[in-house]
Amino acid sequence: MEDKKRNEAYNKYVSAKIPKTRPWPSLFNSFWVGGLICLIGQGINDIYLLIFPNISQQTGWSLTLITLIFIASFLTGIGVYDQIGKFAGGGSIVPITGFSNSITSPSIEFKSEGIIYGICVKMFTIAGPVIVFGVASSMVVGLIYWIISLF
Amino acid sequence: MEIFLTYLWVFLVGGLVCALGELLIITTNITSARILVTFVLIGVFLEAVGLFDYISDFAKAGINVPIVGFGASLAKGAIGAVKTHGFLGIFTGGLTATAGGIAAAIGFAFLFALIFHSHTKK
Amino acid sequence: MQKRQNTFKIKQTIKLKNQPKIIGSYAIVGPKEGQGNFGPYFDYVMKNDHFGEKTFEKAERKMLESAVTGVIQNAHLQPKDIDLMIAGDLLNQIISSSYAARAFQFPFIGLYGACSTMAESLAIGAVLVDGGFYQNVVCCTGSHFSTAERQYRFPLELGNQRPPTSQWTVTGAGASVVSLEGEGPKITAVTFGKVVDWGVNDVNNMGGAMAPAARDTMLSHFRNTRTKPDDYDLIVTGDLGKLGSEILIDLMEDEGITLGTNYGDCGQMYFKREQETLCGASGAGCCATVFNSYIIQKINEGQYKKVLFLPTGALLSTTSTQQGDTIPCVCHAIVVEK
Repeated sequence: MEDKKRNEAYNKYVSAKIPKTRPWPSLFNSFWVGGLICLIGQGINDIYLLIFPNISQQTGWSLTLITLIFIASFLTGIGVYDQIGKFAGGGSIVPITGFSNSITSPSIEFKSEGIIYGICVKMFTIAGPVIVFGVASSMVVGLIYWIISLF
Repeated sequence: MEIFLTYLWVFLVGGLVCALGELLIITTNITSARILVTFVLIGVFLEAVGLFDYISDFAKAGINVPIVGFGASLAKGAIGAVKTHGFLGIFTGGLTATAGGIAAAIGFAFLFALIFHSHTKK
Repeated sequence: MQKRQNTFKIKQTIKLKNQPKIIGSYAIVGPKEGQGNFGPYFDYVMKNDHFGEKTFEKAERKMLESAVTGVIQNAHLQPKDIDLMIAGDLLNQIISSSYAARAFQFPFIGLYGACSTMAESLAIGAVLVDGGFYQNVVCCTGSHFSTAERQYRFPLELGNQRPPTSQWTVTGAGASVVSLEGEGPKITAVTFGKVVDWGVNDVNNMGGAMAPAARDTMLSHFRNTRTKPDDYDLIVTGDLGKLGSEILIDLMEDEGITLGTNYGDCGQMYFKREQETLCGASGAGCCATVFNSYIIQKINEGQYKKVLFLPTGALLSTTSTQQGDTIPCVCHAIVVEK
């Protein structure tokens, strides 16, 4: 009982002792890097729409995202994306490129354990929850719409 | 002039969404996997209540490139498939709509994992 | 053989009356560590982290092997003179040490003391040598940034930011030879620590988790040996880092013991400010390389006469972390005198 009290007091003391970093520089960096990635995405999208004027907006977005995923995956492979991430934080995690990075990075990292048990098994160690939550929640949304459509 | 305004909106909204993610990291120290999950769920929610298209109309890539757009596509796919296929759409909709992105991520990750080695951080 | 004296134990502390000596020491580090504050003191700085091997795990193993080879040379011995090897590292099932021991065919004791392994192995080695059971004992440990990172944290290529309290695992290995015959700094007392856990569960704040363990061992060491901080020229902890060492100073202050300018922390001093390691260095290789280069050299030069070396170790695993457990920590102390 006394231990618990001491631990609580100690944890409180430690969290007060942790150096406070100024949030503005990192917020600013993630703002402009994130904005820039979106700008590049818009640019790619506009170019696709210019080259293939007959495709729908939805197809355009799909092509854009696939291109961005390709670029991010490549940058991860040559070891550049983690340096962008160190600088930009949320700015390079939140865009779809961060999703791509989170799939490619464990694949490369665990290559040394072989193709099956390394690359394939570890591929979703970080991005797995994203797909699980995304698909599961989309099913919930679909279910709700289906129930509504019954009436 | 109009294109400039479009790109300004893209930059501002995209940057703001990313800065929101950074704010979450700073204040709660959560890992990048949780950030991605949070924003996918936000996207699903925005689409489900019908807000996403309003934002997408003026923010374009600013909201579609962040993983929020991925979540929105999942929800949009599910809703659309329920409308056309009924009950089956609950299961097929989400992944059908995002198949391109997921397949690209898996395919390119596999390809580059075969080519490249991991680098030590500086 | 000299006449054997009575080594005796006071609670946790063993006073070594035959005073085993550290007759050789060797430190090998990676390139980033070589540019740090202790750079000029290391025996060997690797050109890259791969060390000519295919995987980082193999590189870590090779690092340990070359540390053992190097220390045997530095002690002017042959491999056949070594009676026992005591080693440990951070990887699951301490594979690096076991593979290194396989290469040498010495009798082998594998330890897991996390970052405290250097003091733990030296303490056990010193006690065994003092008791006359072994002649020459190699004590060795090491860590590798890239292997630790992928075992405990995230893939190297993942674009995430490190929290401000995080520390940088040192790529490096250190080894010592303990013996009764020969010249070198003497180990006069060892204190084995208890496992201490004050309920910190933030894996990015190792300093905060480990400081209470350092406090516990330090207090019992001072009590058992009837010494105080001023009796030592240098009191050095392992890898508490910037935050952890500040916490330790506060904790000791609460007990009425002031740690003055003779106190330092290997992790805090390891890297230069511009190397962006946030709270400093960590890992088994951190204090092992500093101890086996800088500290031993300064004792031999006579700058320090009596050093208290007490590295701490966080005995967590990824499983315990994911299940939300707090971090158990341990700290072992050794006294090294000129």
